[in-house]
Amino acid sequence: MPDQLLYAIEVSLNGLMAGVLYALVALGFVLIFKASGIFNFAQGVMALFAALTLVGIMDGQVPFAHLMNTVFGTDIHGFGWQVPALAAIVLTALVMVLFAILVQRFIFRHLVNQEPIILFMATIGLAYFLEGVGDLMWGSEIRTLDVGLPQGINETIDRVTFDAFGYGFFIDNLDIAATVVAALLVTALVVFSQYTKQGRALRAVADDHQAALSVGISLNYIWILVWSIAGFVALVAGIMWGAKSGVQFSLSLIALKALPVLMLGGFTSIPGAIVGGLIIGMGEKLFEFFVGPLVGGATENWFAYVLALIVLVFRPQGLFGERIIERV
Amino acid sequence: MKLTLTTLAATLAASTAMADLVIPDLSYRTGPYAAGGIPFSDGYQDYFTLLNERDGGIGGEPIRLIECETAYDTERGVECYEATKGEGALIYQPLSTGITYQLIPKVEADQIPLHTMGYGRTSAANGEVFNWVFNYPANYWDAASVAINHLLEENAGDLSGKKIALIYHNSAYGKEPIRTLEELSEKHGYELTTIPVDHPGQEQKSQWLQIRRDRPDYVIMWGWGVMNQVAIQEAANIRFPMENFIGNWWAGAEHDVTPAGAAADGYKSLNMNRVQEYPVFDEIRQHVIDAGLGAGDGGSSIGSVLYTRGMYAAMLAAEAIEKAQEIHGTSAITAAQMRDGMEALEVTEATMEEWGAPGIGPEFSVSCQDHGGSGYGLVQQWNAEAGTWEPLTDFIQADAEVIDPLVEGDSMSYAQENNITPGCPGS
Repeated sequence: MPDQLLYAIEVSLNGLMAGVLYALVALGFVLIFKASGIFNFAQGVMALFAALTLVGIMDGQVPFAHLMNTVFGTDIHGFGWQVPALAAIVLTALVMVLFAILVQRFIFRHLVNQEPIILFMATIGLAYFLEGVGDLMWGSEIRTLDVGLPQGINETIDRVTFDAFGYGFFIDNLDIAATVVAALLVTALVVFSQYTKQGRALRAVADDHQAALSVGISLNYIWILVWSIAGFVALVAGIMWGAKSGVQFSLSLIALKALPVLMLGGFTSIPGAIVGGLIIGMGEKLFEFFVGPLVGGATENWFAYVLALIVLVFRPQGLFGERIIERV
Repeated sequence: MKLTLTTLAATLAASTAMADLVIPDLSYRTGPYAAGGIPFSDGYQDYFTLLNERDGGIGGEPIRLIECETAYDTERGVECYEATKGEGALIYQPLSTGITYQLIPKVEADQIPLHTMGYGRTSAANGEVFNWVFNYPANYWDAASVAINHLLEENAGDLSGKKIALIYHNSAYGKEPIRTLEELSEKHGYELTTIPVDHPGQEQKSQWLQIRRDRPDYVIMWGWGVMNQVAIQEAANIRFPMENFIGNWWAGAEHDVTPAGAAADGYKSLNMNRVQEYPVFDEIRQHVIDAGLGAGDGGSSIGSVLYTRGMYAAMLAAEAIEKAQEIHGTSAITAAQMRDGMEALEVTEATMEEWGAPGIGPEFSVSCQDHGGSGYGLVQQWNAEAGTWEPLTDFIQADAEVIDPLVEGDSMSYAQENNITPGCPGS
């Protein structure tokens, strides 16, 4: 097989894996938008906050220690214990549920029936507030996140492809783990929404708020539920991205990677987020591989948006989104 | 109540009148680049606080620090400058190339010195064009040349036929060394490949797959923020030999390597300040940290690469203030007098000994013509097991034969574009 073809296959596989990571972030946006019509600008910051909380709990860090030390002149830093990764993940998920309750209680309950742009602006405020709170709670240092995920080249794929083609493919173990986790997550979400009472209620709210209300479904409860699930998805995304680069404030920028995925896949479709992620991931990597060298490289960021725009022109609702028809 | 208010007003007035040496600190403790901004700012502030607490300021004049948060955002950096310059600011140190580019015309107009150590506009080393901008002790082009000189040393002076890749932050900052590395490739015969990474640099799979395919002998990195941590992790993932991977001095702090754990062992980076335990740290602990006056979270980053660099920047500023006080025979100097102090700066081993930081940087002097210092840098290597940077070389000189004409060419173009007649003020 020609070298260029082998390289292109390797790039495509890596692109698909990167796409899974983008899709993980996009999923959180889709869940909230589908259930409440809110484009949650804070989704990236939620991933950051969840990852910060996870590392803080694992390291036995006292939240707001720096603030307390400054105000009260104390010298508190840590509890002096380490929490196992699994227990810390469960505790962090509970923190995200608490976050969902607070967001619903203090922000969105007061904004029912407001224009979408008002709700969107509220999430912008929420994003910056949450970033500040995260900083106050856990500090700004870069933290190493080790929840036992494998990292580095997958030796088996390297060896098998080398034996077959004379060139060993590079696939990162972390990307494989992310793919497995994403598959499990999506399966769990599908099972939840199809086969549980809460899931059916969630779908009913997503389809028609008024009708759902009329059959006794509590919008407040459903929105807390959906923000909690989005918080858990953010935690998973935060773990995957945090394992790559350490947990740091630039994690909030991963939302930028999810936007073209949403534009392409549609804002209301979970399969759309996955397929959109895969198309964007593979598309941007292949474009960088073939065209990047001719134009000086660094094409990935803008090419993802070009790809999404092209889809938007022909299918404004995205590949999998629901077509919006408003009758006059 | 009235008495309390009067006392408070009197205290405030007195403290303002006494605090004559105004040093704004354009820091970034929030946002994606906070991990780099915090230790630098802590080191910068703690040293000035030490001078206030231990010596009563400089020349008997207390120092007044004004911290302003830029979040590494150029617009906010300019706002901070505008908000603080009227306070009688003596010197600015924005720790951002983007902010530096915006401030250059402003400081020229306002006549306030701007010190951009190891960053900013490289050709500002030409003091006859950039009267108010200083970038000693070394600049980006020096850094690129120091990296190549180190590789020359490792290869018995011969790099012909070697392949060197530059992976860089796709910004004005990241593109700075390209011209120098191209010139040096012509001189030394190595093959240069440049690989950009878009901001912020969280996803670099394509770039490292390219490196894996091209198999360069060495990779030089011009990164900042999350780009550094991801690049080091990706290099480890593709099993690129860490000892052949060299970051510049903004890609060589502890937080750049720790996320990759043991895999980062052997990674090299340049540094303009030697990292070791200095006597001045004990002074800072005693007079600043133990007194509860430490910046940030109070001393946790003492001795780290960027804390030491921030402290070194403050030492250079304090030394220039002292020079200015000597030259002008007054302790309450102005920004214009500060510039004279900076141009008269002479840093020797004895000076650094006096600071309590022997060998922290190279010996150098500044003049009206040369605002760039010595152009020396050293190479350090990460020991993951010990969790420390170990100096691998002594200070290495940059290739002035290549750098000087580049500085001259670029600064003269700037002078032409901006109708500047090169020369020393007052000459």
